[in-house]
Amino acid sequence: MTEAFIALDYLDLVLAALLIVLNGGLSLWLGLGLERQLGVAALRMCIQLGLMGLVLKALFAIVSPWLTAAAALVMVLFAGYEIRSRQETQLRGWWSYGLGAGAILFAGALVAVFALAGLVQPDPWYHPRYVIPLLGMILGNAMTGIAVGLNNLTDRMRRERPAIETMLALGETRGSAFRPAMRAAVRAGLIPIVNSMSAAGIVFLPGMMTGQILSGIDPVEAIKYQVLIMFLLAGGTGLGVVAAVQIAALLLSDNRHRLRLDRLVID
Amino acid sequence: MLRIRGLTRPGLAPADLDLADAEAVALLGASGAGKTLLLRAIADLDPNAGEVSLDAARRESMSGPAWRRRVTYLAAEPGWWAARAGEHFPDPAAGRTLLPSLGLPETTMERRVAELSTGERHRLALARVLVQSPGVMLLDEPTSGLDQDTVKAVEAVLRARVADGLGLLFSTHDEDLARRLGQRTLRMRGGRLSGNES
Repeated sequence: MTEAFIALDYLDLVLAALLIVLNGGLSLWLGLGLERQLGVAALRMCIQLGLMGLVLKALFAIVSPWLTAAAALVMVLFAGYEIRSRQETQLRGWWSYGLGAGAILFAGALVAVFALAGLVQPDPWYHPRYVIPLLGMILGNAMTGIAVGLNNLTDRMRRERPAIETMLALGETRGSAFRPAMRAAVRAGLIPIVNSMSAAGIVFLPGMMTGQILSGIDPVEAIKYQVLIMFLLAGGTGLGVVAAVQIAALLLSDNRHRLRLDRLVID
Repeated sequence: MLRIRGLTRPGLAPADLDLADAEAVALLGASGAGKTLLLRAIADLDPNAGEVSLDAARRESMSGPAWRRRVTYLAAEPGWWAARAGEHFPDPAAGRTLLPSLGLPETTMERRVAELSTGERHRLALARVLVQSPGVMLLDEPTSGLDQDTVKAVEAVLRARVADGLGLLFSTHDEDLARRLGQRTLRMRGGRLSGNES
Protein backbone atom coordinates (compact mmCIF):
# COMPACT_ATOMS: atom_id res chain seq x y z
CA MET A 1 0.00 0.00 0.00
CA THR A 2 1.48 3.34 -1.02
CA GLU A 3 -0.17 6.57 0.08
CA ALA A 4 0.31 10.08 -1.23
CA PHE A 5 3.83 11.42 -0.71
CA ILE A 6 4.00 14.91 0.81
CA ALA A 7 6.76 16.81 -1.01
CA LEU A 8 8.80 19.33 0.98
CA ASP A 9 9.58 22.76 -0.36
CA TYR A 10 12.77 24.69 0.40
CA LEU A 11 11.03 26.93 2.89
CA ASP A 12 10.38 23.83 5.04
CA LEU A 13 14.15 23.18 5.10
CA VAL A 14 14.90 26.78 5.98
CA LEU A 15 12.42 26.62 8.86
CA ALA A 16 13.94 23.32 10.05
CA ALA A 17 17.38 24.96 9.97
CA LEU A 18 16.10 27.33 12.66
CA LEU A 19 16.68 24.45 15.08
CA ILE A 20 20.39 24.58 14.23
CA VAL A 21 20.32 28.33 14.79
CA LEU A 22 18.66 27.63 18.14
CA ASN A 23 21.46 25.16 19.02
CA GLY A 24 24.03 27.78 18.01
CA GLY A 25 22.32 30.28 20.31
CA LEU A 26 22.39 27.77 23.17
CA SER A 27 26.09 27.18 22.52
CA LEU A 28 26.77 30.91 22.71
CA TRP A 29 24.65 31.30 25.84
CA LEU A 30 26.32 28.37 27.61
CA GLY A 31 29.81 29.27 26.34
CA LEU A 32 30.27 25.85 24.68
CA GLY A 33 32.21 27.28 21.74
CA LEU A 34 30.40 24.87 19.39
CA GLU A 35 28.45 27.41 17.34
CA ARG A 36 31.02 27.65 14.57
CA GLN A 37 31.46 23.86 14.32
CA LEU A 38 27.71 23.42 14.31
CA GLY A 39 27.27 25.93 11.51
CA VAL A 40 30.10 24.47 9.43
CA ALA A 41 28.79 20.90 9.92
CA ALA A 42 25.25 21.89 8.94
CA LEU A 43 26.48 23.80 5.89
CA ARG A 44 28.79 20.96 4.93
CA MET A 45 25.92 18.49 5.19
CA CYS A 46 23.69 20.63 2.96
CA ILE A 47 26.42 20.99 0.32
CA GLN A 48 27.41 17.31 0.44
CA LEU A 49 23.83 16.06 0.25
CA GLY A 50 22.99 18.62 -2.45
CA LEU A 51 25.91 17.42 -4.55
CA MET A 52 24.97 13.82 -3.85
CA GLY A 53 21.45 14.58 -5.05
CA LEU A 54 22.82 15.87 -8.35
CA VAL A 55 25.15 12.88 -8.69
CA LEU A 56 22.34 10.42 -7.91
CA LYS A 57 20.06 12.06 -10.45
CA ALA A 58 22.72 11.72 -13.13
CA LEU A 59 23.61 8.16 -12.12
CA PHE A 60 19.96 7.05 -12.08
CA ALA A 61 19.52 8.44 -15.56
CA ILE A 62 22.55 6.60 -16.98
CA VAL A 63 22.65 3.30 -14.94
CA SER A 64 26.26 2.51 -15.84
CA PRO A 65 28.16 -0.10 -13.80
CA TRP A 66 31.40 1.87 -14.21
CA LEU A 67 29.95 5.18 -13.10
CA THR A 68 28.25 3.48 -10.16
CA ALA A 69 31.54 1.80 -9.22
CA ALA A 70 33.34 5.14 -9.49
CA ALA A 71 30.79 6.82 -7.19
CA ALA A 72 31.10 3.91 -4.73
CA LEU A 73 34.89 4.21 -4.79
CA VAL A 74 34.74 7.93 -4.05
CA MET A 75 32.47 7.17 -1.08
CA VAL A 76 34.93 4.56 0.21
CA LEU A 77 37.89 6.92 -0.19
CA PHE A 78 36.10 9.65 1.76
CA ALA A 79 35.17 7.11 4.45
CA GLY A 80 38.88 6.22 4.74
CA TYR A 81 39.72 9.89 5.10
CA GLU A 82 37.08 10.32 7.81
CA ILE A 83 38.40 7.30 9.74
CA ARG A 84 41.90 8.75 9.67
CA SER A 85 40.77 12.17 10.81
CA ARG A 86 38.96 10.60 13.78
CA GLN A 87 42.14 8.88 15.05
CA GLU A 88 43.65 10.57 18.10
CA THR A 89 46.88 8.64 17.49
CA GLN A 90 47.62 7.87 13.86
CA LEU A 91 49.93 5.36 12.27
CA ARG A 92 52.97 6.77 10.51
CA GLY A 93 52.95 7.15 6.73
CA TRP A 94 50.49 5.81 4.21
CA TRP A 95 48.94 3.30 6.60
CA SER A 96 47.28 6.08 8.58
CA TYR A 97 44.93 6.32 5.61
CA GLY A 98 45.28 2.88 4.03
CA LEU A 99 44.26 0.94 7.14
CA GLY A 100 40.81 2.48 7.52
CA ALA A 101 40.20 2.74 3.77
CA GLY A 102 41.27 -0.88 3.20
CA ALA A 103 39.12 -2.25 6.01
CA ILE A 104 36.03 -0.32 4.98
CA LEU A 105 36.52 -1.23 1.31
CA PHE A 106 36.71 -4.91 2.26
CA ALA A 107 33.65 -4.83 4.52
CA GLY A 108 31.57 -2.48 2.39
CA ALA A 109 32.19 -4.30 -0.89
CA LEU A 110 31.55 -7.74 0.59
CA VAL A 111 28.29 -6.84 2.33
CA ALA A 112 26.98 -4.61 -0.47
CA VAL A 113 27.56 -7.27 -3.15
CA PHE A 114 25.96 -9.90 -0.90
CA ALA A 115 22.93 -7.67 -0.33
CA LEU A 116 22.54 -6.65 -3.96
CA ALA A 117 23.26 -9.92 -5.71
CA GLY A 118 21.83 -12.25 -3.08
CA LEU A 119 19.04 -10.44 -1.24
CA VAL A 120 17.50 -7.34 -2.84
CA GLN A 121 18.35 -8.47 -6.40
CA PRO A 122 17.48 -5.31 -8.35
CA ASP A 123 17.60 -5.44 -12.12
CA PRO A 124 20.37 -4.83 -13.03
CA TRP A 125 22.03 -5.76 -9.73
CA TYR A 126 24.33 -2.72 -9.91
CA HIS A 127 21.44 -0.26 -10.27
CA PRO A 128 22.65 2.95 -8.54
CA ARG A 129 19.21 3.51 -6.95
CA TYR A 130 20.05 0.52 -4.73
CA VAL A 131 23.85 0.44 -4.72
CA ILE A 132 24.47 4.00 -3.53
CA PRO A 133 21.97 4.19 -0.64
CA LEU A 134 22.79 0.68 0.60
CA LEU A 135 26.52 1.23 0.39
CA GLY A 136 26.16 4.65 1.99
CA MET A 137 24.41 3.23 5.03
CA ILE A 138 26.87 0.34 5.34
CA LEU A 139 29.86 2.67 5.04
CA GLY A 140 28.45 5.19 7.49
CA ASN A 141 28.07 2.64 10.26
CA ALA A 142 31.25 0.71 9.47
CA MET A 143 33.18 3.99 9.45
CA THR A 144 32.05 4.84 12.98
CA GLY A 145 32.77 1.32 14.22
CA ILE A 146 36.23 1.17 12.65
CA ALA A 147 37.18 4.62 13.93
CA VAL A 148 36.08 3.73 17.48
CA GLY A 149 37.77 0.32 17.33
CA LEU A 150 41.09 1.70 16.08
CA ASN A 151 41.10 4.54 18.61
CA ASN A 152 40.41 2.07 21.37
CA LEU A 153 43.19 -0.26 20.18
CA THR A 154 45.93 2.36 19.93
CA ASP A 155 44.89 3.86 23.25
CA ARG A 156 45.02 0.45 24.97
CA MET A 157 48.33 -0.49 23.34
CA ARG A 158 49.85 2.65 24.79
CA ARG A 159 48.24 2.42 28.23
CA GLU A 160 48.81 -1.33 28.59
CA ARG A 161 52.31 -1.34 27.16
CA PRO A 162 53.95 -2.67 30.36
CA ALA A 163 51.56 -5.64 30.50
CA ILE A 164 51.87 -6.39 26.77
CA GLU A 165 55.67 -6.17 26.83
CA THR A 166 55.85 -8.32 29.95
CA MET A 167 53.88 -11.03 28.14
CA LEU A 168 56.13 -10.71 25.10
CA ALA A 169 59.23 -10.84 27.31
CA LEU A 170 57.94 -14.09 28.82
CA GLY A 171 57.77 -15.61 25.34
CA GLU A 172 54.13 -15.06 24.41
CA THR A 173 53.33 -14.45 20.76
CA ARG A 174 52.00 -11.09 19.65
CA GLY A 175 48.60 -12.70 19.05
CA SER A 176 48.44 -13.83 22.64
CA ALA A 177 49.88 -10.65 24.14
CA PHE A 178 47.63 -8.35 22.10
CA ARG A 179 44.46 -10.43 22.51
CA PRO A 180 42.95 -8.58 25.51
CA ALA A 181 43.46 -5.19 23.84
CA MET A 182 42.16 -6.46 20.50
CA ARG A 183 39.05 -7.99 22.05
CA ALA A 184 38.27 -4.77 23.90
CA ALA A 185 38.79 -2.73 20.73
CA VAL A 186 36.47 -4.92 18.65
CA ARG A 187 33.85 -4.78 21.40
CA ALA A 188 34.10 -0.99 21.55
CA GLY A 189 33.69 -0.78 17.78
CA LEU A 190 30.61 -3.03 17.78
CA ILE A 191 28.79 -1.62 20.79
CA PRO A 192 27.14 1.29 18.89
CA ILE A 193 25.52 -0.99 16.29
CA VAL A 194 24.53 -3.57 18.92
CA ASN A 195 22.92 -0.79 20.99
CA SER A 196 21.26 0.53 17.87
CA MET A 197 19.71 -2.88 17.10
CA SER A 198 18.62 -3.31 20.71
CA ALA A 199 16.88 0.06 20.85
CA ALA A 200 15.38 0.07 17.33
CA GLY A 201 11.60 0.09 17.39
CA ILE A 202 11.35 0.91 21.10
CA VAL A 203 13.55 3.90 21.79
CA PHE A 204 13.73 5.21 18.24
CA LEU A 205 12.48 4.55 14.74
CA PRO A 206 15.43 4.14 12.36
CA GLY A 207 15.86 6.91 9.80
CA MET A 208 15.48 4.83 6.69
CA MET A 209 12.25 3.24 7.84
CA THR A 210 10.91 6.59 8.97
CA GLY A 211 11.76 8.04 5.57
CA GLN A 212 9.95 5.24 3.77
CA ILE A 213 6.88 5.55 5.98
CA LEU A 214 6.82 9.33 5.44
CA SER A 215 7.01 8.74 1.70
CA GLY A 216 3.87 6.58 1.90
CA ILE A 217 5.25 3.02 1.95
CA ASP A 218 3.33 0.38 3.92
CA PRO A 219 4.94 0.24 7.43
CA VAL A 220 5.34 -3.54 7.28
CA GLU A 221 7.29 -3.28 4.02
CA ALA A 222 9.35 -0.42 5.46
CA ILE A 223 10.14 -2.50 8.56
CA LYS A 224 11.19 -5.50 6.44
CA TYR A 225 13.65 -3.25 4.64
CA GLN A 226 14.85 -1.78 7.92
CA VAL A 227 15.49 -5.22 9.45
CA LEU A 228 17.45 -6.19 6.35
CA ILE A 229 19.43 -2.96 6.57
CA MET A 230 20.20 -3.43 10.27
CA PHE A 231 21.58 -6.91 9.56
CA LEU A 232 23.69 -5.50 6.75
CA LEU A 233 24.96 -2.68 8.94
CA ALA A 234 25.84 -5.06 11.76
CA GLY A 235 27.55 -7.45 9.33
CA GLY A 236 29.49 -4.68 7.60
CA THR A 237 30.51 -3.03 10.85
CA GLY A 238 31.60 -6.34 12.37
CA LEU A 239 33.69 -7.30 9.35
CA GLY A 240 35.20 -3.83 9.07
CA VAL A 241 36.10 -3.52 12.75
CA VAL A 242 37.60 -7.01 12.97
CA ALA A 243 39.62 -6.47 9.78
CA ALA A 244 40.86 -3.03 10.89
CA VAL A 245 41.83 -4.20 14.39
CA GLN A 246 43.59 -7.31 13.06
CA ILE A 247 45.59 -5.33 10.50
CA ALA A 248 46.38 -2.60 13.04
CA ALA A 249 47.69 -5.24 15.47
CA LEU A 250 49.97 -6.57 12.74
CA LEU A 251 51.17 -3.07 11.91
CA LEU A 252 51.88 -2.33 15.58
CA SER A 253 54.15 -5.36 15.80
CA ASP A 254 56.76 -7.01 13.62
CA ASN A 255 57.75 -10.51 12.60
CA ARG A 256 59.93 -10.81 15.74
CA HIS A 257 56.74 -10.34 17.79
CA ARG A 258 57.81 -6.97 19.19
CA LEU A 259 55.43 -4.16 20.13
CA ARG A 260 56.14 -1.32 17.69
CA LEU A 261 54.60 1.82 19.15
CA ASP A 262 57.28 3.73 17.25
CA ARG A 263 54.99 3.24 14.25
CA LEU A 264 52.49 5.62 15.82
CA VAL A 265 52.73 9.38 15.61
CA ILE A 266 52.84 10.28 19.31
CA ASP A 267 53.01 13.95 20.27
CA MET B 1 76.61 -19.55 26.69
CA LEU B 2 75.22 -16.23 25.50
CA ARG B 3 77.45 -14.57 22.91
CA ILE B 4 76.90 -10.99 21.77
CA ARG B 5 78.85 -9.18 19.07
CA GLY B 6 78.23 -5.65 17.86
CA LEU B 7 74.75 -5.40 19.34
CA THR B 8 73.43 -1.94 18.66
CA ARG B 9 70.26 0.13 18.46
CA PRO B 10 69.58 3.86 18.66
CA GLY B 11 71.09 5.07 21.93
CA LEU B 12 73.34 2.03 22.28
CA ALA B 13 76.90 1.84 20.93
CA PRO B 14 77.88 -1.57 19.48
CA ALA B 15 78.33 -3.91 22.45
CA ASP B 16 80.25 -7.18 22.80
CA LEU B 17 79.52 -9.50 25.69
CA ASP B 18 79.94 -13.15 26.65
CA LEU B 19 77.86 -14.67 29.42
CA ALA B 20 78.74 -18.21 30.36
CA ASP B 21 76.39 -20.80 31.83
CA ALA B 22 76.35 -20.57 35.63
CA GLU B 23 77.68 -17.03 35.49
CA ALA B 24 76.21 -13.86 37.01
CA VAL B 25 77.26 -10.53 35.59
CA ALA B 26 76.29 -7.17 37.07
CA LEU B 27 75.62 -4.15 34.91
CA LEU B 28 76.29 -0.87 36.66
CA GLY B 29 75.64 2.63 35.44
CA ALA B 30 73.78 5.81 36.18
CA SER B 31 70.14 6.27 35.23
CA GLY B 32 69.90 6.83 31.48
CA ALA B 33 73.27 5.19 30.80
CA GLY B 34 71.64 2.58 28.54
CA LYS B 35 71.39 -0.47 30.81
CA THR B 36 67.72 -1.07 30.01
CA LEU B 37 68.32 -0.49 26.29
CA LEU B 38 71.03 -3.17 26.32
CA LEU B 39 68.93 -5.72 28.22
CA ARG B 40 65.91 -5.13 25.98
CA ALA B 41 68.04 -5.39 22.84
CA ILE B 42 69.45 -8.74 23.99
CA ALA B 43 65.88 -9.95 24.60
CA ASP B 44 65.00 -8.67 21.11
CA LEU B 45 62.18 -6.51 22.44
CA ASP B 46 63.25 -3.51 20.33
CA PRO B 47 64.61 -3.38 16.78
CA ASN B 48 68.38 -3.87 16.93
CA ALA B 49 71.32 -5.07 14.88
CA GLY B 50 74.24 -7.34 15.69
CA GLU B 51 74.98 -10.98 16.34
CA VAL B 52 73.43 -12.70 19.31
CA SER B 53 73.50 -16.43 19.93
CA LEU B 54 72.78 -18.86 22.73
CA ASP B 55 74.72 -22.13 22.85
CA ALA B 56 75.77 -21.60 19.22
CA ALA B 57 72.15 -21.17 18.09
CA ARG B 58 71.77 -17.81 16.37
CA ARG B 59 68.90 -15.66 17.57
CA GLU B 60 67.58 -15.27 14.01
CA SER B 61 67.29 -19.03 13.67
CA MET B 62 64.34 -19.06 16.06
CA SER B 63 61.17 -16.98 16.45
CA GLY B 64 61.09 -13.99 18.78
CA PRO B 65 58.88 -15.78 21.36
CA ALA B 66 61.10 -18.92 21.27
CA TRP B 67 64.18 -16.74 21.88
CA ARG B 68 62.56 -14.88 24.76
CA ARG B 69 61.48 -18.12 26.44
CA ARG B 70 65.19 -19.02 26.57
CA VAL B 71 66.55 -15.52 27.20
CA THR B 72 63.98 -13.82 29.40
CA TYR B 73 63.92 -10.15 30.35
CA LEU B 74 62.25 -8.81 33.48
CA ALA B 75 61.56 -5.07 33.50
CA ALA B 76 62.18 -2.87 36.51
CA GLU B 77 58.46 -2.16 36.51
CA PRO B 78 56.80 -5.32 35.21
CA GLY B 79 53.25 -5.26 33.89
CA TRP B 80 50.13 -7.18 34.94
CA TRP B 81 47.23 -8.21 32.78
CA ALA B 82 44.84 -9.98 35.14
CA ALA B 83 43.23 -9.14 38.47
CA ARG B 84 44.68 -11.92 40.64
CA ALA B 85 48.31 -12.91 41.05
CA GLY B 86 47.76 -16.59 40.21
CA GLU B 87 46.20 -15.71 36.84
CA HIS B 88 49.63 -14.59 35.62
CA PHE B 89 51.10 -18.06 35.92
CA PRO B 90 50.51 -20.74 33.28
CA ASP B 91 50.91 -23.26 36.12
CA PRO B 92 49.93 -21.55 39.40
CA ALA B 93 50.91 -24.65 41.43
CA ALA B 94 54.52 -24.35 40.23
CA GLY B 95 54.56 -20.67 41.13
CA ARG B 96 53.04 -21.34 44.56
CA THR B 97 55.90 -23.63 45.61
CA LEU B 98 58.43 -20.98 44.64
CA LEU B 99 56.93 -18.09 46.59
CA PRO B 100 58.15 -18.95 50.14
CA SER B 101 61.78 -18.92 48.96
CA LEU B 102 61.20 -15.32 47.85
CA GLY B 103 59.67 -14.38 51.19
CA LEU B 104 56.08 -14.47 49.95
CA PRO B 105 53.31 -16.64 51.45
CA GLU B 106 51.69 -19.15 49.08
CA THR B 107 48.37 -17.37 49.55
CA THR B 108 49.81 -14.46 47.55
CA MET B 109 48.56 -16.33 44.47
CA GLU B 110 44.96 -15.71 45.51
CA ARG B 111 45.47 -12.02 46.22
CA ARG B 112 44.61 -9.18 43.90
CA VAL B 113 47.67 -7.66 42.22
CA ALA B 114 46.43 -4.15 43.00
CA GLU B 115 46.57 -4.94 46.74
CA LEU B 116 50.22 -6.06 46.68
CA SER B 117 53.05 -3.73 47.65
CA THR B 118 55.71 -2.74 45.11
CA GLY B 119 58.17 -5.18 46.67
CA GLU B 120 55.64 -8.02 46.66
CA ARG B 121 54.80 -7.39 43.01
CA HIS B 122 58.48 -7.34 42.16
CA ARG B 123 59.10 -10.74 43.74
CA LEU B 124 55.95 -12.16 42.18
CA ALA B 125 57.18 -11.02 38.76
CA LEU B 126 60.52 -12.68 39.47
CA ALA B 127 58.73 -15.92 40.38
CA ARG B 128 56.83 -15.70 37.09
CA VAL B 129 60.14 -15.74 35.22
CA LEU B 130 61.77 -18.37 37.44
CA VAL B 131 58.99 -20.94 36.86
CA GLN B 132 59.79 -20.83 33.15
CA SER B 133 63.40 -21.84 33.88
CA PRO B 134 65.02 -19.88 31.05
CA GLY B 135 68.66 -20.45 30.16
CA VAL B 136 69.48 -16.76 30.60
CA MET B 137 67.75 -14.16 32.74
CA LEU B 138 68.07 -10.44 32.05
CA LEU B 139 66.94 -8.63 35.17
CA ASP B 140 66.48 -4.87 35.28
CA GLU B 141 66.96 -3.63 38.85
CA PRO B 142 65.87 -6.95 40.44
CA THR B 143 66.05 -5.71 44.04
CA SER B 144 64.73 -2.17 43.73
CA GLY B 145 62.03 -1.45 46.28
CA LEU B 146 62.96 -4.42 48.48
CA ASP B 147 64.02 -4.29 52.12
CA GLN B 148 67.32 -5.85 53.23
CA ASP B 149 65.81 -9.19 54.30
CA THR B 150 63.99 -9.69 51.03
CA VAL B 151 67.04 -8.63 49.04
CA LYS B 152 68.90 -11.48 50.76
CA ALA B 153 66.10 -13.94 49.95
CA VAL B 154 66.07 -12.88 46.28
CA GLU B 155 69.85 -13.05 46.13
CA ALA B 156 69.83 -16.57 47.59
CA VAL B 157 67.29 -17.77 45.03
CA LEU B 158 69.21 -16.25 42.14
CA ARG B 159 72.54 -17.58 43.43
CA ALA B 160 71.07 -21.10 43.61
CA ARG B 161 69.73 -20.81 40.04
CA VAL B 162 73.11 -19.59 38.80
CA ALA B 163 74.78 -22.54 40.54
CA ASP B 164 72.35 -24.78 38.61
CA GLY B 165 73.57 -23.32 35.30
CA LEU B 166 71.54 -20.13 34.79
CA GLY B 167 73.28 -17.26 33.01
CA LEU B 168 72.32 -14.05 34.80
CA LEU B 169 72.82 -10.49 33.59
CA PHE B 170 71.35 -7.90 35.93
CA SER B 171 71.41 -4.14 36.09
CA THR B 172 71.68 -2.34 39.39
CA HIS B 173 72.72 0.91 41.04
CA ASP B 174 73.79 -1.02 44.12
CA GLU B 175 77.58 -1.58 43.98
CA ASP B 176 77.42 -3.92 47.00
CA LEU B 177 74.80 -6.11 45.34
CA ALA B 178 76.86 -6.10 42.14
CA ARG B 179 79.89 -7.40 44.07
CA ARG B 180 77.94 -9.92 46.13
CA LEU B 181 75.89 -11.49 43.34
CA GLY B 182 77.93 -10.74 40.24
CA GLN B 183 81.04 -12.69 39.37
CA ARG B 184 81.93 -9.88 36.99
CA THR B 185 80.85 -6.28 36.76
CA LEU B 186 80.28 -4.29 33.58
CA ARG B 187 79.67 -0.58 33.38
CA MET B 188 77.56 1.48 31.03
CA ARG B 189 78.05 5.16 30.35
CA GLY B 190 76.36 7.16 27.59
CA GLY B 191 75.05 4.03 25.88
CA ARG B 192 78.51 2.45 25.78
CA LEU B 193 79.37 -0.80 27.51
CA SER B 194 82.78 -0.77 29.06
CA GLY B 195 85.02 -2.48 31.55
CA ASN B 196 85.17 -6.12 32.42
CA GLU B 197 85.93 -6.23 36.10
CA SER B 198 86.29 -9.56 37.83
